[in-house]
Amino acid sequence: MVVGVFELRTPEDRAVPQGVIPAMAAALEQCLPVRVAGLKPLEIPQGAYDARRAQWSAPAVLESVLASLPEGIPKALAVTGVDLFIPMLSFVYGQAQLKGRAGVVSVARLRQEFYGLPGNEALLLERARKEAVHEAGHLLGLVHCSSPGCVMRLSVQVGQIDLKGEAPCPSCAARLREVSA
Amino acid sequence: MKPQWQILVVDDEEIMCESLAAWLREDGYLVDTASSGREAVELAKKTDYAIYFIDLKMPGGMDGIDTLMEIRRLHPDASIIIITAYATVDTAITAIKEGAQEYIVKPCNPEEISLLVGRIIKVKRLQRENLILRKKLQRRYQFHDIICKSPRMLEVLELAREVSSLRSTVLIRGESGTGKELVARAIHFSGNRAQKPFIAVSCAALAETLLESELFGYEKGAFTGAAERKKGKFELADGGTIFLDEIGDIGPKLQADLLRVLQERSFYRVGGSEEVHVDARVIAATHKDLRALVEEGKFREDLFYRLNVIEIQIPPLRERREDIPLLAGHFVERISHELGKPVEEIAQDAMRLLMDHSWPGNVRELENAVERAIVSCRGRTLTAEDFSFLRNNGAAKIQMPDNLTLADMEKLMIEAALRRTGGNVKEAAASLGIDRSTLYEKLKRYGIER
Repeated sequence: MVVGVFELRTPEDRAVPQGVIPAMAAALEQCLPVRVAGLKPLEIPQGAYDARRAQWSAPAVLESVLASLPEGIPKALAVTGVDLFIPMLSFVYGQAQLKGRAGVVSVARLRQEFYGLPGNEALLLERARKEAVHEAGHLLGLVHCSSPGCVMRLSVQVGQIDLKGEAPCPSCAARLREVSA
Repeated sequence: MKPQWQILVVDDEEIMCESLAAWLREDGYLVDTASSGREAVELAKKTDYAIYFIDLKMPGGMDGIDTLMEIRRLHPDASIIIITAYATVDTAITAIKEGAQEYIVKPCNPEEISLLVGRIIKVKRLQRENLILRKKLQRRYQFHDIICKSPRMLEVLELAREVSSLRSTVLIRGESGTGKELVARAIHFSGNRAQKPFIAVSCAALAETLLESELFGYEKGAFTGAAERKKGKFELADGGTIFLDEIGDIGPKLQADLLRVLQERSFYRVGGSEEVHVDARVIAATHKDLRALVEEGKFREDLFYRLNVIEIQIPPLRERREDIPLLAGHFVERISHELGKPVEEIAQDAMRLLMDHSWPGNVRELENAVERAIVSCRGRTLTAEDFSFLRNNGAAKIQMPDNLTLADMEKLMIEAALRRTGGNVKEAAASLGIDRSTLYEKLKRYGIER
């Protein structure tokens, strides 16, 4: 299974830090039964911006990603530096269509600077790898898992991302094998 | 994976519906969406969702509160979460009054919604487990699970079925081991009190003062060791049934207290001055002849008539021998399964032995005999050899002096059984084929120390 990974271009100050996308691509190939294809960056759709919330709508972003997917790429993961939300929730780290074609990961809240702390590149890369594998897991059909170390465990605080591992637990791995078969 | 739980999201804004649905689907739930109250009600008619997320403000004549009320009518146990873009105390109160379980303001923190859904599903799972366990209990004690075909026993069950939904006191009479408690449980679980507690108390097992605090509870400081208030069995059985086994063994003070509960439906805890009201149906049982005890002045006549509103007499097993093959077959099936031994049937010679035995310990003795035979059985069929202990009964080993009475004999047998079991009353009662409470009563009567 090929998964296309690409950056969603945003204003300069919200760009995805260097090194994040290669780290994500490596994690995807290490932890999931996929091959990664690097795709050309896309402009983030301006219509997805909500000025009142000063955030970008994840469903609107996904819609635009789906519309611009190149032929021959069955699934794709967009990466952005802007903060995402869905209307019901105050924010999301990412969103993906369950067993679908498109997903998106935001690194905005994965950065220590977001919480007023000094930057930590290693920690950012570690979190980015986990979130990429998590959203790609949804694309492959995995749902949230209650196993503490599993990458598919739901994280609603950044500390929870730090606690989990970057690979699926044996049960999710078995489910992946079933789905792939 | 939680694929069995279904959730319905109702909002006129499609993006709101779909994005929340997608987020919940990632959590493993099966999620449907509806864009209006009417569509939601139509879906709710076809599916019993575990949770409903309903937006408060919806156009089209049916807003969130109307939708909530209609869904509440269809599914009284549904968990409904009202969502709105802004919070006012009035709308929150209205929603909760109309039966919403929670009220959330969008956008809400992902943690909040994740905890909320997790908590509701946890309660639903427990409710489902509880329902399954209750059904199992009911099945176990329904009348058709009392194994019999003899006309006398069928009459007993018919009477028990007729009285199951009444509140009247029932007195069950029968020898030890005939299944008095089983009939009492069947009455409880077939009637309209089935969802409430069934509390069984063996009146012979406890000294009178202990039995009093056991039945009526006590207040803090009522006696040494009463460190805090404790509810008695009557309070615990409120709304349900209290089964008083071996009622013929209670003393005069308790007889008076019990009469008061039956007349007034209220009592005082030991050491208490506050009257406690209860609605517990009383089913009493005894192997004694209460009428004779009344005539001897050992049992209050007024209490006897209060208890004896409906009398059920269970015949001993020797008077309904046609039930023996059925019961034995049932015990083979159940006990072999419990012990994990593949015993399937009883040979003809073994069955003849069972039919000829006098069964002084009644059905319980038969059950114990089958269990003992299964333990020693080496094949798939129980043979007469496996039941050889019924022929001996150990009687030949006892040296009988010339002037021995029946009571002396009983005392000797009880002492021998206690010696064999190292003073374990439960095991001694089982080996004698009598109920534990009956053995306690006999220990008291003969003054036997354990």
